Amino acid sequence: MPDPTPESNSAPMEEALLPPTSPPPPLSVEGLKERFGDQQLAVTDFFGELTMVIPAEALLDVCHRLKESPEYNFNVCMDISAVDHLPRQPRFDVNYHLASVPAGHRLRVKVMLPGPDPIIESVTSLWGTANWWEREVYDLMGVVFTHHPDLRRIQMPEDWVGHPHRRDYPTGKYAVTFTPPPPGFEPGK
Amino acid sequence: MTDLAHWPTDTADPSTEREIATETMTLNMGPQHPSTHGVLRLVLELDGEIVVKCTPIIGYLHTGIEKSCEDKTYHKVVPLTDRMDYLAPMLNNYAYCLAVEKLLGLEIPERAMYIRVMMAELTRIASHLVWLGTHAMDLGAMTVFFYAFRERERVLSMYEMLSGVRMMSSYFRIGGVSEDLPFGFEREVRTFLDDMERDRLDEYETLLTSNEIFIERSKGVGYISPQDALDMGLTGPPLRAAGIPWDNRKTCPYGGYEKFDFEIALGTNSDVYDRYKVRIKEMRESVKIARQALEGMPEGRFRAAHPRYTPPDKKMLATSMEALIHHFKYYTEGFHPPKGEVYVATETGKGELGCYLCSDGTPKPRRVHFRGPSFINLESLPKMAVGRPIADLVAAIGSIDIVLGEVDR
Amino acid sequence: MALDETTPKPMDATLQPINLRSGQLPLVKPMGTSGPDFPLNRTEWPTWQDDDNPVKENVFTTTLDRLVSWARRSSIWPVTFGLACCAIEMMATASSRFDIARFGSEVFRASPRQSDLMIVAGRVSKKMAPVVRQVYDQMAEPKWVISMGACATSGGVYNNYALVQGVDQVVPVDIYIPGCPPRPEQVIQAVMEIQKIIDRGPDRRRPAKPDWAVDR
Repeated sequence: MPDPTPESNSAPMEEALLPPTSPPPPLSVEGLKERFGDQQLAVTDFFGELTMVIPAEALLDVCHRLKESPEYNFNVCMDISAVDHLPRQPRFDVNYHLASVPAGHRLRVKVMLPGPDPIIESVTSLWGTANWWEREVYDLMGVVFTHHPDLRRIQMPEDWVGHPHRRDYPTGKYAVTFTPPPPGFEPGK
Repeated sequence: MTDLAHWPTDTADPSTEREIATETMTLNMGPQHPSTHGVLRLVLELDGEIVVKCTPIIGYLHTGIEKSCEDKTYHKVVPLTDRMDYLAPMLNNYAYCLAVEKLLGLEIPERAMYIRVMMAELTRIASHLVWLGTHAMDLGAMTVFFYAFRERERVLSMYEMLSGVRMMSSYFRIGGVSEDLPFGFEREVRTFLDDMERDRLDEYETLLTSNEIFIERSKGVGYISPQDALDMGLTGPPLRAAGIPWDNRKTCPYGGYEKFDFEIALGTNSDVYDRYKVRIKEMRESVKIARQALEGMPEGRFRAAHPRYTPPDKKMLATSMEALIHHFKYYTEGFHPPKGEVYVATETGKGELGCYLCSDGTPKPRRVHFRGPSFINLESLPKMAVGRPIADLVAAIGSIDIVLGEVDR
Repeated sequence: MALDETTPKPMDATLQPINLRSGQLPLVKPMGTSGPDFPLNRTEWPTWQDDDNPVKENVFTTTLDRLVSWARRSSIWPVTFGLACCAIEMMATASSRFDIARFGSEVFRASPRQSDLMIVAGRVSKKMAPVVRQVYDQMAEPKWVISMGACATSGGVYNNYALVQGVDQVVPVDIYIPGCPPRPEQVIQAVMEIQKIIDRGPDRRRPAKPDWAVDR
């Protein structure tokens, strides 16, 4: 049964959902390392962007803690994407870009998966938006997400074979065809 | 059976009512449809006119832009980004150029920053004008379409003055913009902004804001709760219409936006009407920002001058051999950026456009990924549409403002 | 303000009231007819007795082909087939600055069964190609196809796995428009070329060599 539409929403917005009015103090590398000590492999800072690398088994746990803890409160999953570093093992990098609306922070959580059949747990139970992102990563990179409600291709046709964004999948360039000149045509005459 | 409590029931004698076995109808609102704003396919299960289930099927415009970017040098990717959100081409350029500049650690001159902000806001106005025209046309108000496109033609003339192309100008480049503003451009922008502020926006509001038919078709339609909106990753005007003031230009300012003074448009009811009001207010704020950028534009370079990451000035090519070599190598081989990855979040008219760039030190990017706002905003369409008639679905699609180039990339 | 020749004069107050039953026509000249003898100002028009050659000036003959072609070329209704960026330029062609309705395309029908022209505006992905073909098949004869933009003509900027390299691999195309996106004036010229094709008559759909061809 869908939600009834309220006539006018005069209740004040929950405090927990409003972003901060002034720029928040940035997240610190040491703070994250301390909180997630044993579960994280590395935390790096690049021009203000924090990246936390975690092992694949710890994904759901870490994300759950990141979402529910009051000081981080990463309630929006902005982006899930994958990178194929073909000659390198582990081959795939799945990046989760998280944002916290009440605290105003952003964080990248990175999981490295071995190829050529990477498998990882789905985070759709935490963020509803992960549904389509994971479908897209599955479609274009071939990363299988377990416990996903509906894992099927989203961008390519249903019966497509292969995962186009992988490095060993060719770009698919076509040879350019030119129309033949009319018969009896001499260039320059 | 769905709850039809809000629809009037016209039975004279309740004792003659009986349950009739019904089943839902599956209807395909196909890729070719005037109201889906592009090649979006919706598979609807209908109970009469009420939508019971709505499944968007996308991918009909999948172009492989992200894969094509891996074959091109960093500079050559810029025209590909134009064609994603084709209603606001410069805003896509902006996101990509900011990502590359962050990766390179490049400082942009002030004049370039001001030009970019001014053009970005004009682009935002153009994008909202197309939204206004097509959305109003979907709801039956055809006049607004012609008026909005009349204004948009002026913005496209400005694009043409800058770059020669009406839409896909690729004007923003890595390090700044490709050319300085031509003579007469400031006057053109000033008259445009004056006209918009003085009477054009009021004209659109006169036609729609208190229009009974528009209000009937949009108030209370397409509701999504703020918690659901955040959970589904909704960003942009639909999120702000739900009451959450999240605007990347304010919360994580980029490209010089912290210097400009503007408000965030906010709604309360999270329905189609509020999204309309939010976008009209955003257009007014964009006029304000563009005017501030125009009046405060400093003199200076329009593009950074870095020995490796930006091309040399054209006038140096006639006299300096090193400049010619650098120009040649820049445009053929490209530059070698440091290894690393960046994610830049910008705000377009549709929502948060993020550009994720992963570089491995070669002149071609390892991976370019765009977080297209329309892709995620579309995911919340079923939540907005279920339980309402099809006419409300059409209004909801228009109010989310999807552009399929961005959804499918 | 003083009255001068340009101010319209009030009606003559000395006119007699007319008894219309007597069959008399009122000899009142409408206001503003003191100016030059524009057609609208005339109250008496020449009749057929004033013609030098009444048949030649009032009757024209034509073939049925030309009549039908004239009807077809003056009301080409496109089907809304905007796929990507070129669709926006197509919408701009339909809006007030460039106004394709002047050329007969008054409405863009959503249903292919009610339209004559399919302007494939935008890139055609491999997933969309069967849909393009199906919409083309659903159109009734006679039908024409314009391939608008570089992507529909030949794959455009993109040469990769996802796009059909030119919509002519899927449907037969009559006119190609280059550009990315093409200007609305180019779209209008394409519609005019389609009109020239239609003028050649219903049996000769293939266009003859254009004037600028090298081996004329």
